[in-house]
Amino acid sequence: MALKGVAVLTKGMFGRMPAQLAISSVPSNTIQRRSNYKFVGMPNETDGTVAGDLNYGLHTVFFTELFRGFGVMLGHVFMEPATINYPFEKGPLSSRFRGEHALRRYPSGEERCIACKLCEAICPAQAITIEAETRPDGSRRTTRYDIDMTKCIYCGLCQEACPVDAIVEGPNFEYSTETHEELLYNKEKLLLNGDRWEPELASNLQAEYLYR
Amino acid sequence: MHRVGGQLVRGVKAQQKRSLSAALPPKKVEVFIDGKSLLVDPGMTILQACALVGVDIPRFCYHDRLSIAGNCRMCLVEVEKSVKPVASCAMPVMNGMKVKTNSDFVRKAREGVMEFMLNNHPLDCPICDQGGECDLQDQAVAFGSDRGRLQSRYDGKRALEDKNIGPLVKTVMTRCIQCTRCVRFANEVAAFPDFGTTGRGQDLQIGTYVEKFFASELSGNIIDICPVGALTSKQYAFTARPWETRKTESVDVMDGTGSNIVLSHRTGELLRVIPKINDDINEEWIGDQSRFAVDGLKVQRLLTPMIRGADGQLKPASWEEALFTVAAKLRETPAEQKAAVAGGLNDVESLVALKDLFNRFNSENVMTEEEFPETSGGSDLRSNYVFNDGIASVESADAILLVGTNPRFEAPTLNARIRKSFLYSDVQIGVIGAETELTYEYDYLGASAKAIDDILAGKGDFAKTLNSAATPLIIVGSQALKGESGAVLLGKLQQLAEKLGNGKQVKVLNVLQRWAGQTGAQDIGYKAGTSSIRKTPIKFLYLLGADEGKVTKANLDPSAFVVYQGHHGDAGAEMADVILPGAAYTEKEGTYVNTEGRSQRAYPAVSPPGDARVDWKIIRAVSEVAGKALPYSDLKEIRQRLNEIAPHLLRYRDLEPSPFVKQALQLAQTSGSIDVDVSPALRELSDYYQTNVISRNSRSMAQAKKAAIENKSNPYAEEPTYARL
Repeated sequence: MALKGVAVLTKGMFGRMPAQLAISSVPSNTIQRRSNYKFVGMPNETDGTVAGDLNYGLHTVFFTELFRGFGVMLGHVFMEPATINYPFEKGPLSSRFRGEHALRRYPSGEERCIACKLCEAICPAQAITIEAETRPDGSRRTTRYDIDMTKCIYCGLCQEACPVDAIVEGPNFEYSTETHEELLYNKEKLLLNGDRWEPELASNLQAEYLYR
Repeated sequence: MHRVGGQLVRGVKAQQKRSLSAALPPKKVEVFIDGKSLLVDPGMTILQACALVGVDIPRFCYHDRLSIAGNCRMCLVEVEKSVKPVASCAMPVMNGMKVKTNSDFVRKAREGVMEFMLNNHPLDCPICDQGGECDLQDQAVAFGSDRGRLQSRYDGKRALEDKNIGPLVKTVMTRCIQCTRCVRFANEVAAFPDFGTTGRGQDLQIGTYVEKFFASELSGNIIDICPVGALTSKQYAFTARPWETRKTESVDVMDGTGSNIVLSHRTGELLRVIPKINDDINEEWIGDQSRFAVDGLKVQRLLTPMIRGADGQLKPASWEEALFTVAAKLRETPAEQKAAVAGGLNDVESLVALKDLFNRFNSENVMTEEEFPETSGGSDLRSNYVFNDGIASVESADAILLVGTNPRFEAPTLNARIRKSFLYSDVQIGVIGAETELTYEYDYLGASAKAIDDILAGKGDFAKTLNSAATPLIIVGSQALKGESGAVLLGKLQQLAEKLGNGKQVKVLNVLQRWAGQTGAQDIGYKAGTSSIRKTPIKFLYLLGADEGKVTKANLDPSAFVVYQGHHGDAGAEMADVILPGAAYTEKEGTYVNTEGRSQRAYPAVSPPGDARVDWKIIRAVSEVAGKALPYSDLKEIRQRLNEIAPHLLRYRDLEPSPFVKQALQLAQTSGSIDVDVSPALRELSDYYQTNVISRNSRSMAQAKKAAIENKSNPYAEEPTYARL
């Protein structure tokens, strides 16, 4: 608000003629208006009349631009800063945010993934590799679930394809590593992510269930 | 127990038969499919007529090679002047019939059928092995509605307990849509009548009623014909999705028929084998060994060359060491003390290379493990050792004499054809050999081959049947043709064939080889049988995949040096001084000649494991190290060499007819006794599963064998009876 006040003030004092007026000095009934486009380039410094030239000269002589600049600066002194103090402060995240992947479990502790391979099939970057076999109890599970996080384009198709909400992209985006190899996630790492982020993952899914 | 019969197909067949016998060609009927006029044979169904103009009708229960059941109702079409939609798979065409296959009426009918089907089908596609190749999935997308009216909270879904039908086929009965394809397959093709349906309507169940092993050598085919995921492969369970596998067309080596197969593989690993349709050979079935024995290719493999050390232990060595050791021995052993024995699973390329190698060293002593008479024409004339009339001729035969063979276990797909012929025609079948459970009725003529003498003399009922037959066939197992009596038997069979086939279109005499590589080996001049090894002391023996133990250390000179080249550590590798690891049939490009003499090409699906190499290349390397390099260094050049020896080897897929039947008869040795027992070695289902080095190492084959043995003591296992339809 402070800025706006100052801007109005400066315009009142040193305000120029609005740009649109400057170029449409030709009577509007003689030309046909074809569109509602507005000219947004550098406005003409003067409208070509003597008064206009004089006005321009006075602005130049008295450095009015400089004072208007000081005005903007002064306005910002009273404004709330736009930056946050990352990593001590963090901005808000949508419940649809697509960050680091995680494999979820059922409340019983059983892993959700059933090795249907739909995520592998849909992955446009072919970042997912799955191998599966029959577990001794007869159920269908993965023996290998790898995601190459350096190939992944974070499109979120894997979590959309998943019929059991096993693979999800969680709210975590702070997982940079020093080596490439650390970003080749295996099943263990993904399940660990799932365990660590489960409260957030569950509440995100809960928030979105109406729209899926 | 209700069994789905093939009323209609019988009617059609009978009609076709009658029309064949009539002098006039059958009058065509005119039908209109979606406005297009079409002339078709009477007795054809609407669905078949639609297929002729390229209109694909959705179906679940209809299958080309099974009788018509008409119970899934998916194939409904609109027929003008009919109030209700018509099941096109079971409705014969009539003159002037106007069929609409894509009207709103039809679409609504199909949508309704699909909704009913999905009402009781579980939504477990993500864990279903059929996912991606499921007819129900595809057709639900194409013809189903995007919503259903089922309220499972109130109505519930049908659920069934899974049945245990053995170690090969996995059942998830809740997924079943009761198309009864498997029941019809079991009853008609596999002759396992215990498989049927119980209950009616919502309670209809497929199964054996009491828990029972699916005791058939063709059981794996129900996996393919099942349109949903109710019957899936236990071996392949959960391993891969169809969209991520690569498919390679190949040829099966488990029996002599050379069934066409598709090898499905991913990331260099062979996952499963499925049949490929070839109406001349295997139709669309394959035996369980061909389908499931591939897991044997992953165990007990020879991965590196090995040399037997001074302490008598085989030790891994480099290719260089192994090749130099073999080449040195090959050079220093005199020609008459060298011999090579080839097993039954070899491709023609490696056989040619081995023979060329021995010929360079002035030795002709190359032979196969499988025996065949040397006299009585022997392998000199091709008509003596091939299935002259072709496998498909079984269907048009009206009398078949089986001598010393059990086609059910030696060539399951051939046996399925004999059964088809038995079901739909009046073919008379006679058996000389063991009185085993074939899948059809037959006249048993005794275990001794001397029954041939009686038939030659025209004694007995079956002799009369054979004599009066228009297209008689004699199928003789290669196992019966061994030794001195085998030569006489071959001679007498030639005589009989001449007598029966005189002036007819058929050559009558057909030899059913047991090994995929045998016909090819005999074509290029291998001696059949290892008897010559026992005559002279052999000091250098080269075994090419010879694992049947026909030659042992005791047959050789005590100082003999044995080289084994092959893919499995079995009988051959055990006695070897040097092992050269070769490739199995899924790992090399090769030519195989089936028992008909039909040359077929197999393509590699995966690469040989470890340091193993393609077989003919190993032999080529040996020849170069030994100083007499063979004049070919790539596949094209060795195929050129094949072409020099026998051009038919490169005429892939064609059946090369074997002339000189008359001349073969002149060479026939017909004097001598044939009073020998010609009972085949494979008599029961449990004998079938492990017949070669690959299946002996297969876990699933061992489990199946165990199940078959246990099934013998199952009190509910009944003696099947075979009746014509």
